[in-house]
Order: sequence, then C-alpha cells, then structure tokens
Amino acid sequence: MGAAPTSPIREPLVQGHKTYHQITEDLCSPTERAPGKAWTLAFIVALMAATWGIVSIIITIWVGIGTWRLNRTIGWGWDITNFVWWIGIGHAGTLISAILLLFRQKWRTGVNRAAEAMTIFAVICAALFPAIHVGRIWVVFFFFPYPNTRGPVWPNFNSPLLWDVFAISTYFTVSLLFWYTGLVPDFATVRDRAKGFRKKMYTFLSFGWTGSAKHWQRHESLSLVLAGLATPLVLSVHTIVSFDFATSVIPGWHTTIFPPYFVAGAIFSGFAMVQTLMVITRKVLNLQNYITIGHIESMNKVILVTGTIVGVAYLTELFIAWYSGYVYEQFAFFNRALGPYWWSYFGMMTCNVLSPQLFWSKKIRRNVTMTFFMSIFVNIGMWFERFVIIATTLARDYLPSSWSFYVPSIVEIGIYVGTIGIFFVFYLVFVRVAPVVAIAEIKHILKSSGDQYVITNGQTTLHQIEQGGTALQVAGHGDSHGNAHH
Amino acid sequence: MKHGEKNILFGLYDDEEDLKKAVVQANQDHLDIMDVLTPFPVHGLDPLLGLAESRLHIAGFVFGLTGTLTAFLGMTWIFTRDWPNIFGGKPYWPILSFVPISFELTVLFASIGMVVTFYIVNGQGPGIKNPVIHPRITDDKFCIAFNTDHLGDAQVSKLRNFFQQTGASLVETKTI
Repeated sequence: MGAAPTSPIREPLVQGHKTYHQITEDLCSPTERAPGKAWTLAFIVALMAATWGIVSIIITIWVGIGTWRLNRTIGWGWDITNFVWWIGIGHAGTLISAILLLFRQKWRTGVNRAAEAMTIFAVICAALFPAIHVGRIWVVFFFFPYPNTRGPVWPNFNSPLLWDVFAISTYFTVSLLFWYTGLVPDFATVRDRAKGFRKKMYTFLSFGWTGSAKHWQRHESLSLVLAGLATPLVLSVHTIVSFDFATSVIPGWHTTIFPPYFVAGAIFSGFAMVQTLMVITRKVLNLQNYITIGHIESMNKVILVTGTIVGVAYLTELFIAWYSGYVYEQFAFFNRALGPYWWSYFGMMTCNVLSPQLFWSKKIRRNVTMTFFMSIFVNIGMWFERFVIIATTLARDYLPSSWSFYVPSIVEIGIYVGTIGIFFVFYLVFVRVAPVVAIAEIKHILKSSGDQYVITNGQTTLHQIEQGGTALQVAGHGDSHGNAHH
Repeated sequence: MKHGEKNILFGLYDDEEDLKKAVVQANQDHLDIMDVLTPFPVHGLDPLLGLAESRLHIAGFVFGLTGTLTAFLGMTWIFTRDWPNIFGGKPYWPILSFVPISFELTVLFASIGMVVTFYIVNGQGPGIKNPVIHPRITDDKFCIAFNTDHLGDAQVSKLRNFFQQTGASLVETKTI
C-alpha cells in the first residue's frame, strides 16, 4: 500500500491496532454471544416500565382523557411536554448521521449507527403522544387527507398541527430508510459468520447484499443524497414543532425566536441522550477502541455549543419581553421565573445553561463519569424547558379567575415512564440483533484514522509504547502493516 | 449445473491496495472482470473498473419533484376547487402555508423512491438471496471474479497466472 496518511492534529478514531478482521470480530460478537446479566436485568426493568406505560395508555383510551389532570386552562401538560422532549432527543441521530456526513466528520462513524437507532425509537415514543392526546384515537385517521365520504372534509393545511403530522411521519420514514440502508452491508457481514436459524434471519435482513463494487458505488451515492435530504428535514421538523407554539397567540409562545431556539435545544438534548447511551454501551459491549474518549469529547463540544445557544435564547426572550414594553409578554416571563412553577425554570436554567459551561474544561470533557452525569442533567433540564414553556405559560391565563395549577395524574406519569421503558426495550433488542457500530464504515476509515496509521502531535499512544516503538517508527510500521498482518 | 448458473474463478486479496493493483494489471492484460466485491467501499476503484457515476440522484430528483407537485397541486385543488374554505379571513390559496407540507412530501417521495430504486437496480430486497462467493468477502477479503463459462483451459490458466502474479491469497472455482 502507499504512504500511510498521518494527521498532526486529529487523534486516532480507531484504537488498539485493529485489523479488518479484528473489527469484524469485535463488532459482530455482541450479537453472537448470550446476553450478560447486566443486559438481562436492564431488559426486565425496561419491560416492566413499558408494561406500566401500555397499561396507562389503555386506561387513557378506555376511560378517556379525564384520567389526566388537564383542565380548562391547562390543555397541554405532560403529554405535549413529553412529545417535544422525545422528538428533540431524536434529532441528534440525524445530525450525526446526515449533517456530519456532509461535513465529512469521520468521528461520526463510531456513533452514527446507535444514534440513528435512538432517533427511530425516540420518534416512535414521541408520535405516541399526539395520537393519544386527541382523546378519540379511533378517529385519528382524520389527520390524513384522503378522499372521504364526510363531505369530503379535508384537514386544515394552514395549521401547524397538521404540518407536524407530515413532518413527523416523513422524519420517521426517512430516518428508518437511512438507518436500514446503512445496516444492510453489516447484516451481510453477520450473515456470513452465522449458522442455523441466525443464518436464515440475517439472510432475510441483509436483502441479498454481496458487496459488489457497483452496489457500493450506489450505496454511497444513496447515502449522500439521503444525508442531503435529511439535513434540511431535521431542521424543518423541530421548526414545525416550534410553530405549534409560535403561530399561536399565547404570550410567551408567540415569538419568532422559537424555530432556531428549538432546533438548537433539540440537538442539545439529543446529544445528551447519545452520551447517556454511548457511555454505557461502550463499557458493556467493550467498544472503547471504537467509541473513544475523542468521540465523547467531540460530542461534549457540541453539547457545550448548543447549550450556550439555548442559554442565549433564554436570555434573549427575557430581554425582548422587557424591551417590548408589552405587559402580557412581560408577565408571562415574570411568571415563568418567579411564578408557581419557579422551580422548573430554576431547574431548566441550572441544567441547560450553567452546567454545560463546565465543558469548557478539557479535563471534564474527557471524563467519562462527568460526561454521564452531565448528560443526565441535560436530559432533565430539557424536559423542564418544555414543561416551563407549556404548563407554566398556560397556568396563568388572561383573567386571574381562570388561573390554574397542574400536577400530573398517576396515568400521565405512567405513560411517560412507559415511553422510557419502550425506548429501552427497543434499544436493548437493537444492541443484541444489529452491530452497534457501523462495521463497513469503521473499516473504511481505518487507514486514515486507525491508531497504527496516525501520529498525533508527535505523541506516542500507550499501544505504540507497548509495541516498543517511537511515533516515527510506528508510522513506518504502519506503512507495511496492511500487508504484514495476515 | 442448473439453468441460470455460471462457473466462476475468483481470487481473494488481503488488502485494498493489492486489489487496485490487480485491477490495473487485469486492465493491461485485457481480462474481462465479471465483478469486484469488497467489504467496504474502496475509493478509487470505480474509475479503474470503468464504472460510470451512479444516476440514482437523478431518480431522486424526479421523485422529489413528484412529491412537491403532488403536495402543492393537491392542496391547491382541495382549497380552491373541491372545498373552498375561509380560515381566519385568510385567502383561499395561501401559498406560504403550503410550503412546509410541500417540502416534507418532496423529501418523503425522494427518499422512498430512491431507496426502492436502489434495491431494484441492485437486485436486492427482502427475502432475496444472492450467491455468496466467499464468506470472508463481507469481512476482510477483497475479491475479483471472472466468468469462466465460455473460456477454454488455456484462458483459465492465464487467469490463474494472473491471480498468482498479483498476489491473491486464495484462488478457487465455484458455480453460482
């Protein structure tokens, strides 16, 4: 092979001196061995939570929306809070897989597969809420414009709530297609190692993939165009979600800052959820060589940037409320910060704006434990943000006689916990069935980003020291490595 | 040999650079390569094999345009012809309101259309089984395959020589 590409700045993305075959072994093996105790325990807990959720949903449908504690003043509570929260979480998957593909960020390859899976499962959880919150779920097909015998009566195409139906269903479909198309070659890799029933299953799942050069060419072309389509799509989805609020005439909702602020918040919370999942996954499945500290640091940088954007948006809202001289707007924000739900505003500000600032420190960005706790913080903070926007704002109506207070019922709590359970049931099945890291993509970047081919800042990695070489010699070794390792 | 089957001679290489050198050599020797199979996309291989750029994105554009027109014209017909309705004193034909849904359907049609086209032209899909030449091709081996159906012994041994010279680690025949 030719001269090994070396990078003076970037740290290696694949560590542990891997060969192509070793990558296959490492990434296929979680699907091939029996599940461990940790997995089984997590699965049982997730299944229990999911069961609670499904029972709560059945109660909601059977008895009615009255089982929730919504009232005349507060028409949206935990339902739409959870919907926006889940949709936001979904955004990181598309950002990693599509936007980072267009920007040629190679570190996406370590985490894109799991992040896309997370997107799909999060969108499933999100879509549940609009469907059940309409109350009469058996007529939910009225959402869709089709020639009907009721007039025909068409939905209102001016309504952002209908735009949402189109945005979410398109987003789910495109994410699923993108994810599965990437999975097909990896399913073929698992297929060619499997025996018996697993062989049959993966033969079906891999769609007859062979690895022909022409097929790879089309695969790359398809991935690139899908990424190009998914990039504006992901921005449009949360923009449209924000229109649900921004096009209304409620003080505190009727603001033009909502679309960019919601998109930044969505990416922020999505990356936090990716961190939560990746920190556990890399440890349990032993993938530290593929999801490296460098990957975690890159994602923490995204969290820092988007968290700061969100912080600026919060402060802008406050400033504009004051500067507008409009008393209803001023009251809405005064009420958010100092009203009956002050604690949720406080939680939002602490978790979303203050805590991510710790990531200015490189030491903290590269600390796995800190990353895990911060990711949980951000998840909580972003849930509070939606709660603040929705419930706090609605609780104080124009007339003080209409003022109200809202606490969720056990059914609403059950549905929320249930969606977390459903999410993890899906995710845990996914890590058993599919390679969590994209095998073909890791092999593709091995020679440009594998640690035996890259010198970083003239430093030797631990592995290179074990090999008894200096950085320069290791690079020389890397030159011949491709041929020598077989 | 059943109908539709063919005899092939294939060689496996251990590294993509060896594969590329072998393809250059095959071009010089005027050998007719049936297919090259790799575990991941090897950049720089397409021009050596004379593969034209994929036209999938053109299909994507056509599907996308179909989506845009379906959404925009559909909403126009519904709001101006089939059931004109006044919402909040706004005009019957609110073009700006049609932008989000027109965009979403553009993306939806383009994505579904391209993915379906991709699998159809590849001859792949749910339940379709294509012959696996060697199980290590999806792992770490790079394969060049020749169709030997209409070749004489002399020509086959020429191909075997080619594999030997270019450093193939395994050379085998197979009926697929």
